[in-house]
Formats: sequence, C-alpha cells, structure tokens
Amino acid sequence: MKRASFNQLGLPVWLLLPQLVIIGVFFYWPAAHAVRSSFYLEDPFGFGSTFVGWDNYAGLLASAQYVKVAVFTLGFTFLVTFFSLSIALVLAVKADKVIRGTRTYRTLLMWVYAVAPPVAGFLGVMVFYQGNGPMTEFLALFGYEFRLGVNYYDTAAAMVAVATWNHIPVNFIFFLSGLQSIPQSVKEAAMIDNRSGTRRFWDITFPLLAPTAFFLLIINITYALFDTFGMIDALVKGEPGNNPMTLVYKVYVDGFRGNDLGGSSAQSVILMVLVLVLTVFQFRVMDRRIHYT
Amino acid sequence: MSKKNLLAVASMALGLTLSSSAFAETQITWWHGMGGALGDSVNEIANDFNASQSEFKITPVFKGTYEETLTAGIAAFRAGEQPNVMQVFDAGAATVIGAKGATIAVQDLLSENGIDFNIEDYIPGVRYFYADAAGKMIGMPFNSSTPIMYYNIEALEKAGMTPPKTWEEFESVTAPALKEAGYIPLAQSHLPWIFTENFFSRHNLPFATNDNGYGDGETKILVNTPEIKANFTAMKKWKDEGLFEWYGAGWNDNQKPFEEGKVAIWLGSSGSFGGLQKTATMPFSAEILPYWETVTKEPKQTFIGGAALFAMAGKSAEENKATAEFFRFLASPEVQLKWHKQTGYVPITNAAYELAKTQGYYEESPAAETGILQLLLPAGDNTKGYRMGFYVQIRDVMNREYGRILTGETSVDDAFATIEKEANELLARFTKTQG
Repeated sequence: MKRASFNQLGLPVWLLLPQLVIIGVFFYWPAAHAVRSSFYLEDPFGFGSTFVGWDNYAGLLASAQYVKVAVFTLGFTFLVTFFSLSIALVLAVKADKVIRGTRTYRTLLMWVYAVAPPVAGFLGVMVFYQGNGPMTEFLALFGYEFRLGVNYYDTAAAMVAVATWNHIPVNFIFFLSGLQSIPQSVKEAAMIDNRSGTRRFWDITFPLLAPTAFFLLIINITYALFDTFGMIDALVKGEPGNNPMTLVYKVYVDGFRGNDLGGSSAQSVILMVLVLVLTVFQFRVMDRRIHYT
Repeated sequence: MSKKNLLAVASMALGLTLSSSAFAETQITWWHGMGGALGDSVNEIANDFNASQSEFKITPVFKGTYEETLTAGIAAFRAGEQPNVMQVFDAGAATVIGAKGATIAVQDLLSENGIDFNIEDYIPGVRYFYADAAGKMIGMPFNSSTPIMYYNIEALEKAGMTPPKTWEEFESVTAPALKEAGYIPLAQSHLPWIFTENFFSRHNLPFATNDNGYGDGETKILVNTPEIKANFTAMKKWKDEGLFEWYGAGWNDNQKPFEEGKVAIWLGSSGSFGGLQKTATMPFSAEILPYWETVTKEPKQTFIGGAALFAMAGKSAEENKATAEFFRFLASPEVQLKWHKQTGYVPITNAAYELAKTQGYYEESPAAETGILQLLLPAGDNTKGYRMGFYVQIRDVMNREYGRILTGETSVDDAFATIEKEANELLARFTKTQG
C-alpha cells in the first residue's frame, strides 16, 4: 500500500502551525507558568518573590486541612458518580420501556440538564435552607435537624444531592441512546434463552452498555472534580468556614481570595497531574477491557 | 502633495488633538466592591463629584465582592491596566500596603497636590488602621464601620432588661431572662472580626507581636492566649445552654434571625444600620460592645472594619491630581455626612461628626451614633488595628475552627492551637513573598 507523504518538512509544519500555536498559547504556556510559580512565593503585585523549591508542595502534603479536603473530594466524587450513574441507569431502563407519551416523559427527565451549576447551587440553598427549606422541614418530621452551612456533614450531603441531581440527565440521555442502539435481534434472542428480565439485563444489556458506561464514568468523575465549583460556591455562600470543599474550590479560595499565588499554583499542578493520570487510565482501559462491537 | 506638506498637515492634526485633550476633563476610574444600595450611594458620590467641577471625571466600576475587587485590581496592576482608585478591605490591607510601589500613600498624594492633610482631622479609631508603622496614612478610609451590639427593644422590655454593659452581666442576668421570655438571647455575624480582632482591641490585649504586625520584620499571632480562649469557652457554653446561636459563617444567615425577631441581641456592623432600618420587623436600637470585667476594668475603643480607597501607582501626574481632588471631595464634611446617613458607615472626620451633631441627626436616630461613640472611647496600645499578611486566609482558618468548636467537632484548646500554628505558617510564607 502506498502511503501519502510530504516531500519536504515545510508544508506540514505550516499546516500544523495554527493548531500548535493555539495549544501552545492557551494550554502549555499557562501550564508552564503554573508549574514555575508553584516553586516560588510571590507578592501578588509582582514586586517580590522568593524561590522556595518544593516547599509549597511539602507544605500542602503536611497540611492536615489539605489532606482533609482531598479525602472529601475523593468521597464526594465517588458518591456523586455512583448515585448519578445508577439512578440514571434505572431511569433510562425504565424510560426505554415506556410506550405511551415517550417524548414527554423523556423531556421531563432531561430538562434539569439545562440548569447551570451555580443555579443548581442556589436551588440547593433554597431547598435545604436552615429552618424553613422544604427538605429541612421534611427531615424535621423524622426528628432530624438539618443545618446547611453549620454542620459539616449536612452541607456535604446537600452538595452530593445537588451535584447528583444536576448530573443525572446527561447520564440518562447517554444511557438511553446506548440502550436504543442495542440491536432488536440480540434482545429477542436473549428473550428466547432466558425469561428472567434481571438476568437478561446483567448478562446481555449491561455488557453491551459498557462502552457508554465507561465513557460516562470518566465524564462523571471530571464533572464531580471540576464542574461542581459554581454549585459549591453557591452552597457555602463564598464563606467556606467549617464546611467541606473540593480541591478545585480550595485552589480558588487560596489563590483568588487569599492571593497566595505559590501555594495555589502548587495545588493546580497537583490537579494537573491528577487529570493526566485519569486520562492515561482512560485510554489504557479503553484499549484493553472495553470491547466495542 | 509633497512630503513636506504632508508632514505639516500631520503635525497640525497632532497639535489639534493635543490641544483638544488639554481642554478635555481628566478621566479617572474607581474600582469598588459595593453592591446593591451601597453601590447606588457610591454612584451618587461619583456623580456629585463630577457635577461639582468640570476638570475631572471619575467613573466608578463595581467589581464584585471585596475579594474579587482586590484580585481584579492586582491582575490589572500586573498588566499595567490598574484603576486610579481601588477599594481594598480591611483584611487585604497588608497585601496592598506590603507591596511597596503599588500605591501612592494618600498623605503624599494630597500634599503633593497642594491639599492640606492633617491626620488629627480624622476621628480616632479610623486614623491609623490603614497607616504604616510611622503613622503615615496610606489608604483613605472610606466605608468604615465598627462592630456594635444591636438589640430588639421589645425583647428587652418583655424580659425587663437593659442592654448588658459587660459579658458577665449578659451571662448571669440578661441572657437567662431573655431565654425565659422566649428569645434566643444572642447571635453574631463574623466571629473573626467581632469576637477576635476587636476583642483584642476592646480589652487592649496584643493580637500579634511586632506592634500587632505594624512594625517591620517577622510577626507572630498571639491568638492562643487565655483571655480569648476563655471568651470562646464561654460562648460555647452559652450555645449549649441555649443562650447563643450560630447560623454558619455567612454574615446574613446570622443577621436574619435578628431581623425576624427571633434573636434578641445581635452583634453586627455599625454599617448594618441603614439596611436594618429597611429589613427589621421590630423596633431596635444599638449600644457599644460589652466587655469582660474579669479581663479589664478599663475597656478601650474598637477599630474599624470595612474598606479604604487606595491611589494606585503608575498614573500620570494629571490623573493623580484628579484622584487627590476626589479624595478631598470625599473627605469633606457634607459628603461624609450624606454617606453616613445613607449607609450607617461612620463619618471619618471630626468635622463631619460635628456637622451631624449640630444638625441634630443623633437626636432623631441615636443608634446611628453608637459606632462613633465606640471609636471615640479611650485608645490603648493595641487599639489601632493589626497588620498581617495572608490575613484573608487566616480569617478562613479562624472561621473553620470556630465553626468546628461550635458544632462540637473540636475543643477550644485544640482549635486555638491550630489557628496559631496555621496563622504563623501563613505569616512566615507571606514574609517570603515580600523578599
């Protein structure tokens, strides 16, 4: 087979240049800048700076608070991913079987996707409001005093609930289209082999949904890690106090509110590494374990 | 057209633009963090200044919260696009004053532009908060407030009580009676500001080494000390006994129950007065902050919170003159009085305070005077304020640990040990940023 090739180097470089420039200016240059400033302690106005080597990183790892925030972020990500995926899957499986009013039913499940995270946060504040929020009053019926912004775990629960609610529609849409792309012949063949709906789901439908599910897993993890910022900011009203926060929110708190550029940059670099690991994992697993038909 | 002619036309055109710009007014910008009704008052001040003369024009720009305003100003400064005037809040003072070369001291700016400046014209308590170690005023105090005690008049009458003078009185007499009368006796907004920073000032205790951080060199926080720990131990006890309630770190969450009449006494800002008049559902008044008699027999003044205006460096002499003229206008008694009446922030000069008195403003609303009376109390060695770097984060640490004390997640001893440790680490880090 003949491979198309360029005779000289000039043309391909020229063709690639626009993209390389965009990637360089908007991705690598800021990233390099963050790496650089993570090794300094710098006056925010740019008058003085001291090279501190790995001090910013060592300080973070030695900080009990940073470790606590990291642990919360992991737990938060796990819970949000688990709940939003599983609830969406159940809804999608049920919606797939609806015969009448399919469109209305599906639209009702999808509209939440249009709610922006900060708005979702404000809705969360209203629903869980201290004293007279509907959820607060509902929980009070069971004798539980839910105190958003006061109790660490109450605020954490509200964050998980709002983030999950906000992200179910995306998962729902993908799961539903995944379900609908399973060939009818396969389903019918399975129906002949086994009458149990549950068994058919786990043996046939779920494995065929695996590529979708894995893709969604990665999407959900990145959502919980990075896109929940606006929601968290609305829930803690900009004053985190003793409330939980995620690693991304801490970057903002230290860097933008506190003007600690060095410490905040070190946190950003740690997040960059995390994303890198996640990406490598995604491609590895995709290549090896998930079979696309 | 020959080359020579072209040059002549070009230079003529240039001359025209130059001369027309010389006649035009000098434009300056003012970045601030005052939203809502306060923002309207800010715009009114700017409009009044623009209408008062034709040489200068100031344009106020709302930049979000205090923190967002400071961050936007810093980013703009690094890009060479800084505004002429930037509002910086109390906790950000060390950052902006520490960056020598970022601002022009207001005192220098005024005297360079031939405007008289005497720091004694400013009321005590306001004077030195934004000054350097030598007492030179760097930032122009703008919206200055101080923490005071608001009380629900009906609640105190119902309980047959008068506003407490000391915390001992509150603990043993006032609070139990208020609880009996069906109220939550006490709530407060902003524990770091009221129950920490101003606690040290009111009781004349050092808050940090190195002249509360104003001196040059390394500063260490003195927060892990018996008096303040006793204060928080008492507060936790009050909470457990139902004499105090805490609604989270947000300011409004603690103010709201007072407005609704559930909480009888609320510690807030003198600057809350204007807003409370619109939102409170019951008659209220204000008194100066109580103190612990066991700590001191001679309580002192508190200092200001709020924010100051800084003249940013790197601007032309012409624009600096405009800024100086604007500061002169802002400090004039009439403008200060209007601002004071609209917002409840204290007037910053003695002249403005005198004007308010002669106009009889405090006879019609005595509570409006409380903040000033408190700032006029005797001064001590530890009453001019504090100067600590990365203080926004130190406040975050305090808010976090105080919340944990009040929800029973940690003990007072552990919390203050943590605050001391983390604050001193932050202070040491800040010193390195200046290197």
